[in-house]
Amino acid sequence: MLEQQLINALSLGSVYALFALGFTLVFGVLGVINLSHGAIFMLGSYAALLLVEKLALPLWLAMLAAMVATGLIGLIVDVLVLKPLRKRNAPHLIPMIATIGVAIMLTNLAQGLFGAENKRFPVGTIPEDSVTIGNLHVTAVQVGIVVIAFVLMIVLLAVMRRTQLGRALRAIAESPKAAYLLGINVEGLFYLTSFAAAALGGAAGVLVGLSFNAISPFMGQPMLHKGIAVIILGGMGDIRGAMIGGLFLGFAEVLTVAYISSDFRDAVAFGLLFLILLVKPSGMFGKVLERKA
Amino acid sequence: MTMMEWWDGFWATYNTVIFSVGVNAMLALSIYVTLSCGLLSLANAAFMGIGAYVASLITMQAGLPFPLALLAGGVLPALVALLIGIPTLRLSGVYLAMATLGFGEVVRVIVLNMEVTGGPMGLNGVPPLTEWWHIVLLLGVTVYFLARVRRSKIGRAFEAIKEDEVAARLMGVNVAGYKLLAFVIGAAIAGVAGALNAHYTFTIGPNNYGFENAVDILTMAVFGGTSNLIGPMIGSTILSLLPEVLRHFKDFRLAANGLILILVVLYLPKGIWDPRRIRAFMQRRHAGKSASKKVN
Amino acid sequence: MLLQFNQISKNFGGLQVLQGVQFHVPEGGIFGLIGPNGAGKTTVFNLITGLLRASSGNIVFDGQDIGNVAPHKITERGIARTFQNIRVFKEMTLLENVVVGMHDHLDYGFGGLLLNLGSFRKIEKEARERALELLSWVRLDHKAEMLADSLSYGEQRKLEFARALATKPKLLLLDEPVAGMNPSEKTELMAEIINIKQRGFSIFMIEHDMRFVMGLCDRVAVLNFGKIIAEGTPDEIKNNQEVIEAYLGKEEA
Repeated sequence: MLEQQLINALSLGSVYALFALGFTLVFGVLGVINLSHGAIFMLGSYAALLLVEKLALPLWLAMLAAMVATGLIGLIVDVLVLKPLRKRNAPHLIPMIATIGVAIMLTNLAQGLFGAENKRFPVGTIPEDSVTIGNLHVTAVQVGIVVIAFVLMIVLLAVMRRTQLGRALRAIAESPKAAYLLGINVEGLFYLTSFAAAALGGAAGVLVGLSFNAISPFMGQPMLHKGIAVIILGGMGDIRGAMIGGLFLGFAEVLTVAYISSDFRDAVAFGLLFLILLVKPSGMFGKVLERKA
Repeated sequence: MTMMEWWDGFWATYNTVIFSVGVNAMLALSIYVTLSCGLLSLANAAFMGIGAYVASLITMQAGLPFPLALLAGGVLPALVALLIGIPTLRLSGVYLAMATLGFGEVVRVIVLNMEVTGGPMGLNGVPPLTEWWHIVLLLGVTVYFLARVRRSKIGRAFEAIKEDEVAARLMGVNVAGYKLLAFVIGAAIAGVAGALNAHYTFTIGPNNYGFENAVDILTMAVFGGTSNLIGPMIGSTILSLLPEVLRHFKDFRLAANGLILILVVLYLPKGIWDPRRIRAFMQRRHAGKSASKKVN
Repeated sequence: MLLQFNQISKNFGGLQVLQGVQFHVPEGGIFGLIGPNGAGKTTVFNLITGLLRASSGNIVFDGQDIGNVAPHKITERGIARTFQNIRVFKEMTLLENVVVGMHDHLDYGFGGLLLNLGSFRKIEKEARERALELLSWVRLDHKAEMLADSLSYGEQRKLEFARALATKPKLLLLDEPVAGMNPSEKTELMAEIINIKQRGFSIFMIEHDMRFVMGLCDRVAVLNFGKIIAEGTPDEIKNNQEVIEAYLGKEEA
């Protein structure tokens, strides 16, 4: 019934929000729509799986290490692919196309290395505990997801709002040239942002992997589509927007499946996307459509 | 083995590849039209799908002749493009790309869930009606049409819009109208290509027209170069034949596709067929030759 | 009166950019609108070309109210514009740039263009010839087949003139035509503008180089903080107390 659905929605929405955070961070600071974020998300899942399988690391450590690993991949992608395009001042559709190439490469490498079938975490990795309060059934995994996602989001918001680093990032988001002239190490912060965004994406990947216990090379694609819908819904480049948009999408999807039909689950994201683009393309919190040089 | 026997064997094995070279050329041209107007549309795979399904249903269920199916396969996507183009083409650059991506996914989900389109199984047993001359004819018509448009005020309007919308508008160009025109033309070409493709592949399903396919089409055009009509055709030909060449890389050949896209974007931003770069290269060689002649 | 600005006000949200702006641009001759930066001059042009709509008041051109005309229809009415930051089509040749200006006047249908009919060929040929002629007016015809990108700043400005003239305007709006130019470029451009005026086009110019405007314009209006504080001949303006105060202490380019 409704309360149970709300629990599911909260959990799903938190993951969407976490995924969208990394996505929107890269757009806000680097000005690029990184369509390889879905592949990074997927690799985060595999990383955690490998660390648990091969090195028998405890789950929390595997997750942290997976975040670091995906962060590094995100950084490498930035240095090898996005940085040369920055130097060239390429119009912003070009980096987006390049990240499509990265996504294809990473997805198919994963398929080649790990095979196309769904993989599962070794038995016993995922805590089975759950709590039943009255009619509500909440699993440890769901609690973990919501808690971890919210903690990461709050930390990110705090950094952005209250620290020198956050101010610098916001300055870059407004205008990289102006930030540079103010003495901000723009290039260094680009690297940091790419790392952090990818790490967040990897975290989302681990959480989803635990949640559904089905890891495949193709799990990034549908997630990417949802991420796109979320950041447009919430306003591109806006962190609150990503969080609220993600939760909103989670609720919308779960309620659609529960009360309308599960067939249209994936269409919900795009239906909302369309609607917002027609009504208010800048999204809930977005202000500016074109950013200054 | 006689010549005839060799040819029959060759054709039996490779006819789909050769057909797909032609079809992919049309698809690459369909996205070229939109790019030439400054629009990045990721919806052309969806339009291809609409054309494929409509044409297949016409030949399979209504039993109507192939030319009619092909016509419908072009007209229907064009009408859909007209419908969704009007609200979405107001959006710029990235937002438009996302909107078209979203549209493509919506189409896929709808088709996935409709009974008449066979749901996730798609349509089986589409009659093999496509002949080589259909493809040659329609590709030829497409190229002729686009070449003529390019040389007219429409082509100039597209290019002006691509360079600077505001300036174009103040020169009297109806920007919204021309963008819609480019979008609709692209949709029609993609639709006909889809209809042709369906009738030599026997089976079509919703997964043939998703995001990956939209990306494939984009790759072919970007790889070949979008300065003129030749680029997309070269790009699509190379990338259609490449999988055959790379066949023994198996799973990694799709990864190679991704790598190609990255390398092209980084090192050959205007694609393989870039008349300016080629001309500059020729001029340098010429200068080099005459310089060495003088020295001697 | 070719162009009349009648009590035009424009506000963006809470910001009042123009207030009760009233002036007349006579036919023939060069009319200048000057004022310090931020006075609202470019807004005036944006209102005329339909990129913005006035909050109140009306704009009458050649006897017709043009307040509601869409930007791409403004050339049909006979108004063409150049931009402060030059907006030529860089990847097109000079000739092609100018021919784009003729867009509205190329009257052939789809059939003609598809079948390469005689009517199509004739119209295109005439367009190219006319474009070449316009380029010769600004002495750029020898570079007709070069890409616009390869021109110097001053030459790109001249190309913009030629392109604007291709739309067969009655009134040419020049937005800070000599911005960013050195004195010799400015002198050359002054000659071009006089040249265009002598061919019968009316010119309405925004500038804040006072010397340039005073040397060139037949009539001048002064805009300060969104209001017209003076209108008259250059001599009248030079001696106007309010104008002098508005510019007091300001360095000029």
